[in-house]
Amino acid sequence: MTQTARGTGSDLGVGAGVPRPDGLLKVTGEFAYSSDLYLADMLWGATLRSPHPSAWIRAVDVGPALAMPGVHAVLTHEDVPGERFYGLEHKDQPVLAIDQVRYQGEPVAIVAADHPETARRAADAIVVTYEPREAVTDPRRALFDPGCPKVGPEGNLVRHQPVRVGTVPPTAEVVVTGEYEVGMQDQAFLGPESGLAVPAEDGGVELFVATQWLHVDQDQIAPCLGLPKDKVRLALAGVGGAFGAREDLSMQVHACMLALRTGRPVKFVYGREESFFGHVHRHPARMRYEHGATREGRLVYVKAEIVLDGGAYRSSSPAVVGNAASLGVGPYEVDNIHIDAYGAYTNNPPCGAMRGFGAVQACYAYESQMDRLAEACGLDPVEIRVRNAVSQGSRMATGQVIDSPAPLAGMLRELAAMPLPGSSCSPDLRALPGGVAQTTHGEGVRRGVGYGVGIKNICFSEGFDDYSTARVRVELLGDEPHILVHTAAAEVGQGLVTVQAQIARTELAELADLGAARVTVAPADTSVGSAGSSSASRQSYVTGGAVRAACVAVRERLAALRAEHPGLGPAELLRAHGPVEETREYRHRPTHPMDPLTGQGDSHVQLALCVHRAVVDVDVDLGLVKVVELAAVQDVGKILNPPALEGQIHGGSAQGLGLALMEEIQVRDGRVLNPSFTDYLIPTILDMPPMRLSILENPDPAAPYGLRGAGEPPTLSSTPAIAAAVRAASGLALPRVPIRPQDIALAPAAPAR
Amino acid sequence: MTAFEVNGRKVDLEVDPRESLLAVLQDRLHLYGTKKGCDHGQCGACTVHLDGRRVVSCLTLASQVEGREVRTIEGVAGEDGTLHPLQRAFIDNDAMQCGYCTPGQIMSGLACIAEGHTGDDDEIREYMSGNLCRCGAYVGIVAAIRQVAGPAEA
Repeated sequence: MTQTARGTGSDLGVGAGVPRPDGLLKVTGEFAYSSDLYLADMLWGATLRSPHPSAWIRAVDVGPALAMPGVHAVLTHEDVPGERFYGLEHKDQPVLAIDQVRYQGEPVAIVAADHPETARRAADAIVVTYEPREAVTDPRRALFDPGCPKVGPEGNLVRHQPVRVGTVPPTAEVVVTGEYEVGMQDQAFLGPESGLAVPAEDGGVELFVATQWLHVDQDQIAPCLGLPKDKVRLALAGVGGAFGAREDLSMQVHACMLALRTGRPVKFVYGREESFFGHVHRHPARMRYEHGATREGRLVYVKAEIVLDGGAYRSSSPAVVGNAASLGVGPYEVDNIHIDAYGAYTNNPPCGAMRGFGAVQACYAYESQMDRLAEACGLDPVEIRVRNAVSQGSRMATGQVIDSPAPLAGMLRELAAMPLPGSSCSPDLRALPGGVAQTTHGEGVRRGVGYGVGIKNICFSEGFDDYSTARVRVELLGDEPHILVHTAAAEVGQGLVTVQAQIARTELAELADLGAARVTVAPADTSVGSAGSSSASRQSYVTGGAVRAACVAVRERLAALRAEHPGLGPAELLRAHGPVEETREYRHRPTHPMDPLTGQGDSHVQLALCVHRAVVDVDVDLGLVKVVELAAVQDVGKILNPPALEGQIHGGSAQGLGLALMEEIQVRDGRVLNPSFTDYLIPTILDMPPMRLSILENPDPAAPYGLRGAGEPPTLSSTPAIAAAVRAASGLALPRVPIRPQDIALAPAAPAR
Repeated sequence: MTAFEVNGRKVDLEVDPRESLLAVLQDRLHLYGTKKGCDHGQCGACTVHLDGRRVVSCLTLASQVEGREVRTIEGVAGEDGTLHPLQRAFIDNDAMQCGYCTPGQIMSGLACIAEGHTGDDDEIREYMSGNLCRCGAYVGIVAAIRQVAGPAEA
């Protein structure tokens, strides 16, 4: 989608509340999402998926499907033209199952037909003979029981990352222990996986798709198709939300295979149920923590074991394990640390990227521990955190020194000083937990307040070559100077197209002030270099950095031209010289791997803090929770666009609220029990309370404009804050999220702590 | 044949008795502004107006709309492209991120205002609770509806 807007540099530049340029198309229904693409001669794709979490495939008979009128192709792994495996970091996932399936929902065969219903029925008509076998569904058993069947290629360990700092003493004046669990959260974007593959005249294929990273898709698709990369061209279609779930491939290779086989365009659109099987989820986690402290509440040591269930394929599990380990004690100063973080292969649904990426799970556990420690020391939950808070110059668990502002203690004090909402003695049912569905008069309603603190790494870590590319062109269009910004960065709703244009206006303000105020952000595609992923809160930093660098290069070229032709304005210069175009790659400073034995190393480029306070009303009889208010303080370094930023904090907080209170893919014996929005609940407008925000701007000197990535940190801290508030209201230990009504209403009578 | 009106235009189609209004809007009339989020009436992304009342088009059979008027997001702006004040308010309040739920939110928001369910913000939330927004733009959605509905009742 091409986005053009007019205006002057200063009021539409960096820091201004510029409205999103795609807003007009989004409010009129004209924004073309990947599911809206249409060509007159296109076919529809459908996928046959495994009903078993673990089975041998003894036979596949595609004959009955092929015999159906309207069916144009039925393909299995034998039809994959090139490499039969793909993967983000490690090619362990088959394009289509080869002789066995390792999770429920694994694609086995694909169909193209002239109608979506025909395609679906044809997929159902394929006869697959399975021989089910034992499914490995307990990640601890997968990791630690030598007799457990092997799911992964070399066993069930995806990654073990220890962190060793100092010497953990046998005990301390105050010791608190806990075992915590985080359920499997789904990204649940509203626009399901979809795309359109169009065969090209040169034997290649063009793919219009909703994704987070066009080039990593291209890198994986081309080898599977047996084509050089330049024959697999991708363009970003409208993205209906992402949150990590579009980082791995879904229908990409399948659509291209069918398009190349049939010579016709092929469109895939997953339904909601299929979407639950079509992408990776947030890793469920089981965590054991022990915190030792002085009587005054000063941390002496932290011991932790973090087990993350990666499911059947590797996806981005290694990096998720790295985050859980490196951020495993949170933003606290601790001299002695002993962490073991593991990722496991199992026959559960594959897990990978979701907003917060390994830091979310650990944050829930270490913050729960901080509350237990506060209670054991007789301290206020804010005070215990303040006493241990990191600041600029502190050393993280990895030994990395925080080298930009990290004013956690001040953020906590500011948060605690915010006024509290009034008590709800309203007779209005809507104010009660459960709302109009309440069946009591609120006799069992108790109020609770809780705090949560989170720290998230921004950009890709552990030595990854993390960069973005931007091409900026200034030319005369209709005799007016015009700025074109072209990157491959995926706008997924976060407002990146807005920010790219803002940066161009700021950096080329000299032109803008002279009338060159038209800025167009070109559609993202693979005809420009990689922008990296729209994940890890990194695009403002990295693609923002690339756009700025390209703009600076253009500005310098124009300055040189002006020196050659004194007295000419920008328009005259462009008329005399022609367009000026520059392409730049931008890399953040390098990061380094974690030591495999000690976890030490400068593995992160930037760290971002967010703190939340949650106020909840809990009906302890019915187990219902109403979040009355969320307050947050976040340090973003530099605000690029106030409404877009606030939207990120609201949205991140809402997803953290979902994890705290309602969101879980329930898996039993490797099978998903609730693949629908009836049974997988996400926060509605009634669940999301008003928010009180304080946004700080303590710049990071290493980052463009001093900015700090902002999308993920609020997803971390909102979950433990809400859990703590529910504990405060109910007096229950509640060591697991999401907290379900039965965890409160049917809890053993005596509080467990 | 099933005859009905979509955004003021007459439509006459042979529809399968099992076809949903959503399927007909998207696949037959190529009106893709109405979104399919779940196809089970759970998310509200496919909300349209049927004779002025909001319905989820995924749970409305096309054969049910014989002789009736359907209004979709494509029929909200003026003929000349002038935005409806609620569309403008969604932009002003940044009441969207990915925007996939936005057409449904606007159709529900228009109905919420027309039904008079905007007395206070809690009432707006109550009557907008059938429309999910995964990006969490709820704060802006309430503000946008409030902007058009006028000040809350005392």
